[in-house]
Amino acid sequence: MSTSAPLPEIRSQENPPIYRDIRVVRWVGQGLVLAAVLGFVWYLYGNLITNYEARGLPSGFGFLSGKFGSAIPGIEDSADETVLGAFWLGYQNTVRVILFGIPGCTILGILIGIARLSENAAARTFGTVYVETFRNIPALVWIFIAHFAISLSQLPPITEPGGFGETLILTNRGIGVPWFNPSSNIGLFVGFIGLALVGAVLASAYRGNVNAKTGQPAHGGRYALGAFLLILVVGHFASGGALLLDQPIIDGRQLAEGMTMQIPYASLTLALTLYTASHVAEIVRGAILAIHKGQSEAANAIALSTFQRYRFIILPQAFRIMIPPLANQYLNITKNSSLAVAVSYVEITAIFQRIANNATPAVQGVLILMGLYLTFSLSISLVANTINRRLALETR
Amino acid sequence: MSTMGQSTPGPEDNVIVADAPPAPGTHEGIGVLIRKNLFKDVKNSLITIFFGLLLGYAIYKAVGFVFFNQKATPDGGTRNAWVVIRDQLEFYMVGTEFQRTGIGFGRIWAAIYVVAFAMGLAGGKVAGDDSPEMSLKSRAGIVGPPLFGALVLCSMAKTFTPVILTLGIAVPFIVGNRMTRFMSEGMLAKKGQILALLGLLAFLLEAGYSPAGPSEFFGIQGALDNVDSYGGLLLTVNVAFISIILCFPIGVVLALVRRSTFALLRPVSVIYIELIRGVPLITLLFMGEFAIGFFFPPSVSTPPSVIRAIIMFTLFSAAYVAEIVRGGLQSVPPGQTEAGQAVGLQPLTITRRIVLPQALRNSIPALVGQFIALLKDTTLLIIISQFDLLGVSDPILASPEFQNQGYAAEVYAFVAFVFWIICFAMSRASQRLETKLGVGNR
Repeated sequence: MSTSAPLPEIRSQENPPIYRDIRVVRWVGQGLVLAAVLGFVWYLYGNLITNYEARGLPSGFGFLSGKFGSAIPGIEDSADETVLGAFWLGYQNTVRVILFGIPGCTILGILIGIARLSENAAARTFGTVYVETFRNIPALVWIFIAHFAISLSQLPPITEPGGFGETLILTNRGIGVPWFNPSSNIGLFVGFIGLALVGAVLASAYRGNVNAKTGQPAHGGRYALGAFLLILVVGHFASGGALLLDQPIIDGRQLAEGMTMQIPYASLTLALTLYTASHVAEIVRGAILAIHKGQSEAANAIALSTFQRYRFIILPQAFRIMIPPLANQYLNITKNSSLAVAVSYVEITAIFQRIANNATPAVQGVLILMGLYLTFSLSISLVANTINRRLALETR
Repeated sequence: MSTMGQSTPGPEDNVIVADAPPAPGTHEGIGVLIRKNLFKDVKNSLITIFFGLLLGYAIYKAVGFVFFNQKATPDGGTRNAWVVIRDQLEFYMVGTEFQRTGIGFGRIWAAIYVVAFAMGLAGGKVAGDDSPEMSLKSRAGIVGPPLFGALVLCSMAKTFTPVILTLGIAVPFIVGNRMTRFMSEGMLAKKGQILALLGLLAFLLEAGYSPAGPSEFFGIQGALDNVDSYGGLLLTVNVAFISIILCFPIGVVLALVRRSTFALLRPVSVIYIELIRGVPLITLLFMGEFAIGFFFPPSVSTPPSVIRAIIMFTLFSAAYVAEIVRGGLQSVPPGQTEAGQAVGLQPLTITRRIVLPQALRNSIPALVGQFIALLKDTTLLIIISQFDLLGVSDPILASPEFQNQGYAAEVYAFVAFVFWIICFAMSRASQRLETKLGVGNR
C-alpha cells in the first residue's frame, strides 16, 4: 500500500444553505408536525367548549359534588350520595373484584399450566381442553353464560335454598357466606390484618439476617406465619371477637347476617377468574418450558418428588420469567372488571355510565375514569417491578 | 469412508444390529401405552381417575345438552331446545335489520366466495417451491375447525340452499389454492396487491353500494350506513375487519415515532399509547357513545353509533398494534440500519425498504393475536346497545316466543361456539404462519 497514490484531499465543504441543513430541517419539521397535532387538539377543545356552552353543561369538575341519584344494589342510601361519593363506592366494588380475581386466576392458572405439562395423559388432556375453551371465547360471553345461564337460572330460589347448611347459602338472590362478627370492631381488626402482614415481613427479614450472621437455617416462612397468626389472635381479642364468624341466615325473603355476595358480583368474578386463568396457564406453561431440561433431570437425579421438584427447582426459576406477562394479565383482569356494566354490578365504569346518561359532562367523567384506572395500573406495575427487581438474577 | 482407513473407530462402526431391542414406544401395544401414560403407579392412577371423572362428567353434560335437550313450551308440549337457534339463524348471521338495507343474501354469498378464493390464493404453493408438504395432522388442525363449524351451521339450516352454498365455499378456496402454481412471476410479485383488491371487492360486495342508501364517495358513505344497519355475525366481522385495517397504519406510524429520535414528537406518541392502554375498552366505547359528539363542530352531525364505535375500536387497537410493531422494530438488528446508511440510502428509504419489512414479518404472529383479541372485544358492542353476534341474543331472548323460558344457556352456548371456531381456527393458522415465516429461526 505504500506505493499507492496519496489519498485525494477531502474538500472542505461550506455549510449547506439553511433550508438544507439536516439539523434545522429536523427541528423545523418536528415543530410543524407538533404544531399541527396541538392545533388539532386545540380545535377539538374549542368544539368541546362551544358544544358545552350550547347545551349548558359545566366545563369544570363541579358536578362531582352534585347528587348521584341512582341506587347501587347492596348499599343503602346510595342514591343520596354525591357523585364523588358514588365513585368512591364504585372504586371499592372494583377492588372487590380484583381482590378475589388476581389470587384466584394465579392459583388456578398455575395448577392448569402444570397439568398441561403432566406426564399423565388425562391431566394433559384436561389442561388443553380448559385452555383452548376459555381462551378462544370472549370474556363477555363467559360473563353472560355465568350470569344468565348459570347463576340466575341454575341456582335455587330463596324459598328452597341450596348449599351447605348454615355455612354457605346458595340462592338466586345472593350467596351467603360467613363473615367477621359484626358486633366486634371490624375496622380495628382490619388494621390488625395489615399489622400482621407487616409483622410477617419483618419476622421473615429478621430470620434472614440471623441466617446471614450465624448460618442457622432461616425458616423464614414458619416465623412469618407464626408472627402473622399471633398478631391476628391479638387482634381478635382486641376487637372483641372478630374471628367468631357470623353465619348467614335466611330472613324471610332475603339473606341476612354473615356476608351476602350479590349474584352479579359472583358471576362476574367467577367468569373473569376462569377466563384469565386460561391465559395465566399459558404463561406458566411457557415459563416452565423455558427452564432448562437439565434442572428437571437434576431434580429427578437427587430423587425429589414431583411436588418438591416444582416447589424448589422449577417454579422459583419460572417465576422470574413469568412476572412481566403475569402483571400484564393482572392489568387485563382489572380492566375487564369494567365489563360488570353488562350484569349491573356497579363499579366505577357503571357509575360513569349512570351519570353519563344524566346529561352530566361526559368528557370529565372519562378523565376521572382514566385517573382511577391509572391508580390500578400504577400500583400493579409498582408491585411487579419491585418483585422483578428482587428476583432478578444478580449478574456482574 | 474407505479413505479414512480402518484404524480410527467412528460413528460408522455403530452398525445397527438386527436383533437389537426396538426403540421404546415403537412396538408397544396400546395396552402398554395406556399403562405407561395413565396408570404407572398409584398416584398416577389417582390423577387419571380424578381428571377422567372430570372430563367424563363434562362430556356427559355436553352430550345431554347438545343432543337430548327438550324444553317445555308454554302450551304444555315439549320441543327441541335448539329451535331457538334454528328458527332465528338469519338474525344471528346478519341481524334483524338486514332486509332494510336492500342488500340481498346473494351479495353476501358472493363476498364470502371472494374471501375464500383470496384465502386459497394466499396459502397457495408456488411452482418450484420445494418446502415440505404439510403433515396430515397440521392440515387437519387447520381445515378441521372451519369444517366443523360449517357442518354445525348446516345442521341448523332449515332449507337446502344455504347448505349447498356453505359446502360450495370449498370450490373457490381450492381453485385459488391451485392457481398459484400457474401464475407468472410478475403476477406472483403482485400477490399482495391482488389480495388487497380482492378484499376491497369483497367489502364493496357485502356492504358497498345499496339501492336504498346514498351513493356519494363511490358508495363508501352508503357502506357505512349499511354497516350501521347490520347485526349478528356480519356486524361483528365488519367492525373487526374495518377497525384492524384502519388501525394498522396509525399503529405503525406511532411505533416508528416512538422508536425515532424526534425529541418533540416522541412524547406525543408515548402519551397516546400509554393513555389508551391504561383504560378499559368499554370506557373508550362510552366515550364514543356519550362524549365524542362534543368534539365535532356544531355544523357536522354526529355519525351513527356503530361508526363511532369503529372509530374507538380503531384508536384503541392502534395503541396495541404500535406496541407490537415496536417490539418487531426492536428485533431488527441495528446492523441493518447501519448497512443502509453505509450504502448511502435516505433515512426514509432505510425504514421503508429495510427495517419495516423485517420488523413487520417478525410481528405478524402477535398482530394476528391482536386481531383475535379485537374480534373478541367486538362483543362489547352489546353494552352500547348494538346487535352484534352477542347483542342479537337480547331481542331473541326477549321475543314472545322464547321469553322467560330459560333459553339463555342455548343462545349463549351457540354464540360461544361461533366465536370459538373463528378464534381457534385463526390461532391455528397463525401458528402455521409462524413456522412458515420462520420467525425466530433466522
